[in-house]
Amino acid sequence: MTSQSLKRVVFAFAVAVVLPGCATNASHPKDPFEGFNRAMFAVHEGVDTVLKPVAEGYDKVTPDPVKTGIGNFFGNLADVWIAVNNLLQGKLTDGVSDVGRFLVNSTVGILGLVDVASEIGLDKHDEDFGQTLGYWGVGDGPYLFWPVIGPRNVRDTVGFVVDASADPVGHLEDVSARNTLIGVRLIDFRASLLPADKVVEEAAFDKYNYLRNAYFQNRRSVIHDGNPPPLED
Amino acid sequence: MIKKWLLALWLGLVVSGAFAQDDSPDALIRQVTEEVLSIVRQDKDIQNGNTRKAIELVEAKVLPHFNFQRMTALAMGRDWNKANPEQKTRLSEEFKTLLVRTYSNALTGYRDQKIRYKPTRMQGDTTDVVVKTEIHQSGGKPIQLDYSLEKQAEGWKVYDVIVAGVSLVTNYRDTFNQEVRANGVDGLIQMLVDKNRRLEAGKK
Repeated sequence: MTSQSLKRVVFAFAVAVVLPGCATNASHPKDPFEGFNRAMFAVHEGVDTVLKPVAEGYDKVTPDPVKTGIGNFFGNLADVWIAVNNLLQGKLTDGVSDVGRFLVNSTVGILGLVDVASEIGLDKHDEDFGQTLGYWGVGDGPYLFWPVIGPRNVRDTVGFVVDASADPVGHLEDVSARNTLIGVRLIDFRASLLPADKVVEEAAFDKYNYLRNAYFQNRRSVIHDGNPPPLED
Repeated sequence: MIKKWLLALWLGLVVSGAFAQDDSPDALIRQVTEEVLSIVRQDKDIQNGNTRKAIELVEAKVLPHFNFQRMTALAMGRDWNKANPEQKTRLSEEFKTLLVRTYSNALTGYRDQKIRYKPTRMQGDTTDVVVKTEIHQSGGKPIQLDYSLEKQAEGWKVYDVIVAGVSLVTNYRDTFNQEVRANGVDGLIQMLVDKNRRLEAGKK
């Protein structure tokens, strides 16, 4: 970390400490802790002044096939937990398909580096424990913004903790291998968001507000597997 | 002989092309998407993030199929009725400029993803329909990209674009409502004008 970027992080923390005092009162019924959340968002953006350049560097120097392989590798590990969540939601066909994906990609796909399963029609799914809770009607609770992790309501925060405890990478015995994998995965994830950065930066009047609305809409959609019931108006 | 055969083939293509003209909403989305993406695939400037060029492409190929008045009304919700006709026109113009830029920026992120068009359910002679597509990229989960369309006298017009469940239009609802509550419809117009001016100035 350069002293320049360190200064930025320190600045972000300073802003985070000062901001809650002057933050406006809650403007959204689902966001009663808006002042606190905006402070955490500022910390998040501060961390990103370091993380984003690293992700951009990674994106630039890594050849596309390698990047795809890295993304596939972590995606393959994640498919096991996605399968479990599909089964917990009673979506048998999807769950079995996810198990099939893992078996095919771990073998024919060389330890998950190649996503053969998608080519043969086994689509990747988007599931996590927060969705499973939502599927069974658990209430969502207030909106929270966590640095690095991003927006989560209380339900999805619980979901995230369960997701993390089920993460195979976190259970690796070898500490340095574990930390390397977690680091690479974070950078790879951040790099995958780079194309969306400019869109959000330019589209949003208030980035915090824009991301909050996008989070609400996106979660509502994924819990209903892309077919949420229509809203009035 | 070969010349005749070629002529027949050419005629066949032209005629079948004419008959293939399909005015269903999913055919429209497919045709516009394929046309735009085939241009992006060959345009290194757009791929390298040239927003100006992407905007020109969107203005030429996509704009005619969008209904920005309806989009603006959807973004504002009940506040839309507080605007007089002149204000409505200005709001739609400014919101259009902003949305076109957003959409164009998203285009510059296009690489080699494949689009899958999902079957559209049309009930009877409905005039309102959602066309669902999926963006497939190797390794990642497919991203849903849906279009809401409404049938008008001049054909089907898009009035909402929904990416991964997030409507690019209604995502503005509470920001717009807040501004109208604080500074009225004219305040919202000014907010949009300022935003567009800032974005224009920041560009090469």
